[in-house]
Amino acid sequence: MAVLVHDYLPVVVFIGVATVIGLALLVSPFLLAYQNPDPEKLSAYECGFNAFDDARMKFDVRFYLVAILFIIFDLEVAFLFPWAIVFGELGSFGFWSMMVFLGVLTIGFIYEWKKGALEWD
Amino acid sequence: MTLNSLMPVLPELVVVIGAMLLLMLGVFRGEGSTPIVEVGALVVIAIAAVLIFMQPSAPAELFGGSIVIDAFARFFKILILIGAAAALVMSMPFWRNHKLNRFEFSVVVLLSVAGMMVMVSARDLIALYLGIELMSLALYVIAAIDRENVRSTEAGLKYFVLGALSSGMLLYGASLVYGFTGTVSFAGIAAAAKSPSTGLVFGIVFLFAGLAFKVSAVPFHMWTPDVYEGAPTPVTAFFAAAPKVAAIALFVRVAVSAFPNIALSWQQIIVFISIASMVLGAFAAIGQKNIKRLLAYSSIGHVGFALVGLAPGTAEGVSGVLIYMTIYLAMTLGTFAVVIAMRRDGGQIEEIDQLAGLSRTQPVMAFVLAALLFSLAGIPPLAGFFAKFYVFLAAIQGKFYALAVIGVLASVVGAYYYLRIVKIMYIDEPAQRFLPMPRAVAFVLALSGAFTILFFVYPGPLVAAADAAAKSLF
Repeated sequence: MAVLVHDYLPVVVFIGVATVIGLALLVSPFLLAYQNPDPEKLSAYECGFNAFDDARMKFDVRFYLVAILFIIFDLEVAFLFPWAIVFGELGSFGFWSMMVFLGVLTIGFIYEWKKGALEWD
Repeated sequence: MTLNSLMPVLPELVVVIGAMLLLMLGVFRGEGSTPIVEVGALVVIAIAAVLIFMQPSAPAELFGGSIVIDAFARFFKILILIGAAAALVMSMPFWRNHKLNRFEFSVVVLLSVAGMMVMVSARDLIALYLGIELMSLALYVIAAIDRENVRSTEAGLKYFVLGALSSGMLLYGASLVYGFTGTVSFAGIAAAAKSPSTGLVFGIVFLFAGLAFKVSAVPFHMWTPDVYEGAPTPVTAFFAAAPKVAAIALFVRVAVSAFPNIALSWQQIIVFISIASMVLGAFAAIGQKNIKRLLAYSSIGHVGFALVGLAPGTAEGVSGVLIYMTIYLAMTLGTFAVVIAMRRDGGQIEEIDQLAGLSRTQPVMAFVLAALLFSLAGIPPLAGFFAKFYVFLAAIQGKFYALAVIGVLASVVGAYYYLRIVKIMYIDEPAQRFLPMPRAVAFVLALSGAFTILFFVYPGPLVAAADAAAKSLF
């Protein structure tokens, strides 16, 4: 137990130092900085013209959908790269494993296409 | 690695390939294909069950020992398939009545079944996690399948967020166990873990916390009532049946085959969550007015009782858990069949008060529900009594006297709220009639009622199968 705790001492020290520095940077502006707010300083800044409206507006859920679909196919490519590098050593088992994976993914792709997830309107 | 060596996982392959074919069928033929996909899913489940029955009884290992097909796995796979099939059968009339037409439901149920089948066969930490995630991701989706309904989406979101948290804890525990034993295979962990080191105990605690979450044992039960209440009723029936059975199976296999030499460390955890679940399940259900919430607390309590059998870590105890889960599955599916049938012109009814006088308006339904409730309370000679009998017997043989005594006391408290429903049905003034029960739901209720009432006549085959399955772990 004592040995175990000793091994983690650097991490504990690191967490302690990080907490102190982080808190110091958070708190010190309230104590040290010169504060003289006026409406112009506090309003939202938009380059070149007055702000139109609040930044917290509704926007289309399809952005999320596209983002999620992107991540799925991005991950597919992330699997393909290491597979391609050691392809020579994997042989036919490695080849067919990846084909099965791509096949399953293609079924998902066909589903989303037919469901209309790729159409914007 | 030849195709022939994949034969032991043929049932899983059938389920997965069947799910993908049905998905393609559904998406190309449109929403009108829902009935075909539903029947197709039932056929896939039936084929998988037949294949499991045809498998040789000798255990088979695959993928470098990370998947094992033994009697234990086969026993639970049959239970999982029964639970999924019953939930699918009951869901068909429900979706028709609610004008919900999503063929994806059957497909996603099949995918979660595939995940559960991997879970109960898993014999290393990687396969364990793969199975759990495949099951859970599918379950999050079907909790929110009625996406126009605020409560259903809330249930899905809540289940997803808390499920992700539990997966995180489970993974952290798995990484600690791996770090302190140097292997992910259960056999290797058992060989390396001769004495409980601090790191290993931390790993076990986190691993068990994640698993306790999946079986909804106290203190990781908070999601259960909300998710059970919010999800559409056939989905709740499915949640209470198949995934719970699969998660208990995984719990048993991890405890017994990965940590047999440091049983003292995990037995404390099991005893604690078992007592906490039994007591909370008994007391928290008393004040419930919604029948789905009541059944959620009831299922928490039943998980506690099932874990009583795991605490001694003996073959008798594990056999008791197997019998318990089989009987629990039958009782739960029957009780939820009644909840699905609680329907009037205005829609689905979930208040317990509305069952008032059911014995005069629908006497057969009232009688079967009363039998199921007596059985859930553990009153002889119904099946629920034998379920409790076997786990308590194992606990006493393992010298866990306090656990057994608290369990019996908790089941006495629990009897109160089951009997209260019987009293409402048989003594109170009749409320308005429910609509006639759909035939598919009546079929499930009849099977479940017959099993529960007649179990004591011929318990031999189930007890023998459970004993054989439990022996394959030791």
